[in-house]
Amino acid sequence: MNLLRRLGRGIGAIPRSGRRLLRRSGARVGLLLLPPMLWLGLVYLGALAALFVTSLWGQNSFTGNIERVWTLDNFRDLLTIEVYRTITLRTLGIAALVTIVDAVLAFPIALYMAKVASPRLQRLMVIAVLMPLWASYLVKAYAWRGLLAQNGLIDSIASPFGLGTPGYGLLATTITLAYLWLPFMILPIYAGLERLPNSLFEASADLGAGSGMTLRRVVLPMAFPAVVAGSIFTFSLSLGDYIAVRIVGGTGQLLGNVVYDNQGAANNLPFAAAVATIPVVVMLVYLAAVRRTGALDSL
Amino acid sequence: MRLPVGLRAALTGFTLLVLVVIYTPLLLVVLNSFNADRSFGWPPKKLTLHWWDVAAHSEGARAALWTSLQVAMFATVIALVLGTLAAMALRRTRFFGRNVVSLLIILPIALPGIVTGLALRNAFKTVLGLELSLLTIVIAHATFCIVTVFNNVQARFQRLGGNLEDASMDLGAGPFTTFRLVTLPMLRSALLAGGLLSFGLSFDEIVVTTFTASSQDQTLPIWIFQNLFRPNQAPVVNVVAAVLVVLSAIPIYLAQKLSGGTAKAMTGAR
Repeated sequence: MNLLRRLGRGIGAIPRSGRRLLRRSGARVGLLLLPPMLWLGLVYLGALAALFVTSLWGQNSFTGNIERVWTLDNFRDLLTIEVYRTITLRTLGIAALVTIVDAVLAFPIALYMAKVASPRLQRLMVIAVLMPLWASYLVKAYAWRGLLAQNGLIDSIASPFGLGTPGYGLLATTITLAYLWLPFMILPIYAGLERLPNSLFEASADLGAGSGMTLRRVVLPMAFPAVVAGSIFTFSLSLGDYIAVRIVGGTGQLLGNVVYDNQGAANNLPFAAAVATIPVVVMLVYLAAVRRTGALDSL
Repeated sequence: MRLPVGLRAALTGFTLLVLVVIYTPLLLVVLNSFNADRSFGWPPKKLTLHWWDVAAHSEGARAALWTSLQVAMFATVIALVLGTLAAMALRRTRFFGRNVVSLLIILPIALPGIVTGLALRNAFKTVLGLELSLLTIVIAHATFCIVTVFNNVQARFQRLGGNLEDASMDLGAGPFTTFRLVTLPMLRSALLAGGLLSFGLSFDEIVVTTFTASSQDQTLPIWIFQNLFRPNQAPVVNVVAAVLVVLSAIPIYLAQKLSGGTAKAMTGAR
């Protein structure tokens, strides 16, 4: 069969040399890859490299123009000035907290979708989880502004219990971000759990494990790469956010705000570039750390 | 399935609860678009259609909508071409750079939006000396949209294999005829699904957009963000938001139908 196909190919290839060239794997792959790689390799990687170069440039404090002289001043400021350290740690903390909250919320839902719901219900659930994902990001953040307002829904639900809305601040930012990125955590875990054969659950039960033990010793370890895959998105998206914190964060600031304000109002692009390298480095370290869990294959 | 009854009940209850929490804010947005009171307190005291009428005549919102549609359309066309080419190249080949290429395609969406946004802004303005315009937004959006098309097309290739195309070639069709008559029809629904996702991704994007748009080019998310805190415009923003919530059901329904409901294909790489 294989031989026949190869023969057929050979005969088909003889008449036109151009065709033979295109069918030769290397040339074909090269030609096909050229446009996307020009775009991503040249435009995107080039832009990232230029960003890093810019972070090593200085700024004329008088004119505000970029001075193309090599300096490590931006990174020195970043490391030594107290407020940037605080904001960096705060951003990392919020990103980690959002990731944990999402993982805790997403796991039972994903398990329900994968192992309890009927196939029809599964499809509906995927839609139900995905729809808010495609509802506008801003609209969702804005909706939480309304919910968390002084006379909003949360306030009116909580007031009979003597509680109130947490108001705008870092807690509100964490809640809103966890809400925004929850689908990114549910979907990979769902995909991971769906692949688990049912016989695993049966085997565990037959061997005398209760449902708690089955979850802890069988399901969780096998779903872990999927959880990590989800965490890449929740963590990365939280690290870079500056819009949600402007809407519900009150006066709180995250790294994203520092980047945005420095390239905009302060007009200090080199410093903004230096700040932007923090999330890149954090994400690269994170990606390298989770490589061994096999999470990158389940992206 | 053999999950114990108690666990099943607990999972069902928990899932229902979270779904309620997920949908409450969205329903509230829709409800508030009818709220007569400008402070949008809970519960609404009086309902009105007035804001919908005002919103329908809002020049700013309409212009922003048109800008967003243009950007999303052009970005999607570019993403369709580049994503399909990349998926075709990586198909049936196991060369050393394969993983590098995959990583490069995912990177624009795996890195935080401020990084992608600032990097492109810096490249456009400082390095290339370009003025920010509609074009720079399109370039930026296309960069992170490629992955959605790539993922959908790649999944389709994996599922269908290459036998049909081999047959076509064996029967004497050239590579371009084979692409036109065999590959393209085979990919049609995957391209539609990937294109829809890419369109939605671009339509909703704000972080990268704020960095790559000039002050004249307002996409709908930027328009919403700028009018969010203006008391006069807030009711109109509410209506626009409500419309967006309702509209988001359409692409997701179509994508679900087209991609056969695989979660992975529907989310792109995200």
